[in-house]
Amino acid sequence: MIAVAQPTTTWYLLLSALLFAIGVVGVLVRRNPLVLFMCIELMLNAVNLSFVAFAKRMGDIGGESTVFFVMVVAAAEVVVGLGIVVSILRRTPNATTDDLSELKG
Amino acid sequence: MMQLFVFIVAGAMVLGGAVGVVLRTHPVHAALSLVLTLFGIAVLFIAQDAQFLAAVEVIVYAGAIVVLFLFVIMLLGIDRAEDLHVEPFKIQRPVALVIGAGLVSLLGIAVIASRQHPVPTVTPSQAVTDALADPHDGNIRALARDVFSDHVLAFELTSVLLVIAVVATVILARKPRKGETYITSGSAQ
Repeated sequence: MIAVAQPTTTWYLLLSALLFAIGVVGVLVRRNPLVLFMCIELMLNAVNLSFVAFAKRMGDIGGESTVFFVMVVAAAEVVVGLGIVVSILRRTPNATTDDLSELKG
Repeated sequence: MMQLFVFIVAGAMVLGGAVGVVLRTHPVHAALSLVLTLFGIAVLFIAQDAQFLAAVEVIVYAGAIVVLFLFVIMLLGIDRAEDLHVEPFKIQRPVALVIGAGLVSLLGIAVIASRQHPVPTVTPSQAVTDALADPHDGNIRALARDVFSDHVLAFELTSVLLVIAVVATVILARKPRKGETYITSGSAQ
């Protein structure tokens, strides 16, 4: 019987850190506003993953209920953000984030 | 063995999808890479006994949010590839990579250094403990006990938040009626 390493909480947290950093790099590099929102989703999911890992580690369900609320806030944020993107791109098609220096209509 | 295999496969899905979101030039491809990441996250949730959250992840994220992205992409007809070779600021990408690498190393050092710390003891309420003991649907029961007892006010407030978000989006995204203009200063429609 070979002793195989089991994935521990540390592994999940390291994966979550990698995912978060990829999201940060995406927000800093990409210029399409829609892709920026997707990268923000990546970061939110990284945090959700670490919340669930901690909930499992501590045997406390509170981390999972926090993830539940984070998902609600993420949904609301995407809805409002995409509404803003729609109204901006309707005025100036092919706008990149460099062009979005103002929110006024 | 099985858990290790699941972790490696799901982790590869998560990271591969995330890299795809950042690197794919076409917005539709980026959205589909995001779906890959979200499914990987859902698998990892199940591996950590968070079955309800895994289901919500697939339904809400992959089912609703990504579809919303695809709707906006197709509604606006901006489904053309972005040229990643255009680089407005020469230093932007190296700086972004340095920031990303620094973030990973800082977080990794923090995680590995704190491995030896004792786990703080959390004493959940008796109802949550009893619910968790149920072998069949303990996770959902415990989550429901927690959300609807300790966090019931926050739960009600999320409904207000969602209504506000929907109303705001409808107002933001509608076309102005004929003869109606938004308040503008300078740049007229």
